Amino acid sequence: MDLNSTTPQVPGAGAVRPGQEAVAVTTKLDAAIGWARKYSLFNYPFVTACCGMEYMATSSGHYDTDRFGAALPRFSPRQADLLMVVGTIVHKQAPILQRIYEQMCEPKWVISFGACATSGGFYRNYSVVQGIDKIIPVDVYIPGCPPRPETVLDALLMLQEKIQRQPQKI
Amino acid sequence: MADTLERLRARFGDDILFTHSFAGDDTALVKRDALLAVAGFLKSELGFEMLMDETVVDHLYMTPGDDVFPGEGRFEFVAHLYSLSRNLRVRIKARAPENDARFSSLYGLWKAANFMEREIYDMYGVVLEGHPDMRRILLYDEFEGHPLRKDYPYTREQPLIAMRPREEEEQ
Repeated sequence: MDLNSTTPQVPGAGAVRPGQEAVAVTTKLDAAIGWARKYSLFNYPFVTACCGMEYMATSSGHYDTDRFGAALPRFSPRQADLLMVVGTIVHKQAPILQRIYEQMCEPKWVISFGACATSGGFYRNYSVVQGIDKIIPVDVYIPGCPPRPETVLDALLMLQEKIQRQPQKI
Repeated sequence: MADTLERLRARFGDDILFTHSFAGDDTALVKRDALLAVAGFLKSELGFEMLMDETVVDHLYMTPGDDVFPGEGRFEFVAHLYSLSRNLRVRIKARAPENDARFSSLYGLWKAANFMEREIYDMYGVVLEGHPDMRRILLYDEFEGHPLRKDYPYTREQPLIAMRPREEEEQ
C-alpha cells in the first residue's frame, strides 16, 4: 500500500488532499463494514474428496491466500464465516453439511469448490447430491475437476466483490 | 494351473458345474449348496488362505448365452481366493434365483468376509446365510431398495433432508 497515495483505500471514502495528512476519513457505513469483512474471511473447509488436495495446494504458501485476508482456516463452524464445501456431497452426509451451515454465525458465505459440490459432477446416481445448493445457499461456484488454484483465487476475489456490494447486516 | 480345478472336480464331482482357466486364472462355477464346502476345501486342503474379494453380479438383463458361464439364476456370487504359500489364484462362483437370493456366508472361514458380505447385502439385497450381523453397511437405514440391482432406477435419489428449490439467477 502506498501511504502517500491519494486514492481512497476504503471504497466510497473521501480522498485525502495532496500534501495533507489524513486525519479523518469519510465513508459510508455499509462500504466500511463491507471493506472490513471482505478482507477478513475465516474459512471452514468442509473437505470430502479429492478436491481437498487442490484446496491444500491453494491454501499453502505458494498461492498465499493471506494476500486476500482469507488464509486462516477455522475448524469450528462457529468461528468461521466462509464455508468452503470441497468435494462430493452424498445424501448420507447432507444433514451434516446442513447442520454445519446452521452452526455458522451471520454474516456467512458459501463457496462451492469443484464440479461435484457444484452439480454432483460426473456422479449421476442414487447417492450423490446434485449440487450443494439443493441443501444450502451458495455464493460462488468454482468449476473444475479439480479447480486450478488460480480459479480458487478468482472465486475468492469474486466473493470479496460480492461482500463489498451487498447490504451489510449488523 | 489346471491342478486346482482337477482337485476340485475329483473331490466334488457333480457339484462343480463348470470350470474355466485362462492365463493362470482358474474359475469354478459350483452348486450353491456346495459353496461353503468348496471354499473350506480350497482353504484347508489346497492352501488358499486368503479371501481377496467377495461380491455379487446381477445378471438381470443378460440373456443366456451372453456369458461364458452357463449358470442360471439372476444373482451370481463371486469369491476370489489367493494362496500366499503357492502364489495361486482361484475364483469360485455360484448362482441364485431372484426369488431365493441367498448364499452361504464365508464368514466362518474368513473374518474378512464380514464387511464384504454386508456390502453385498446393502447393494444387492442378497442375504448371506450364517453371517453374524447381516445389515446395511454403507447406506442409511431409511434407504429403500438396493441400488446396485439392475432394476434400481439409477437416478432415483432418496434424500434424508428436504431439498431446496434451486435459486433463480441473480439480476
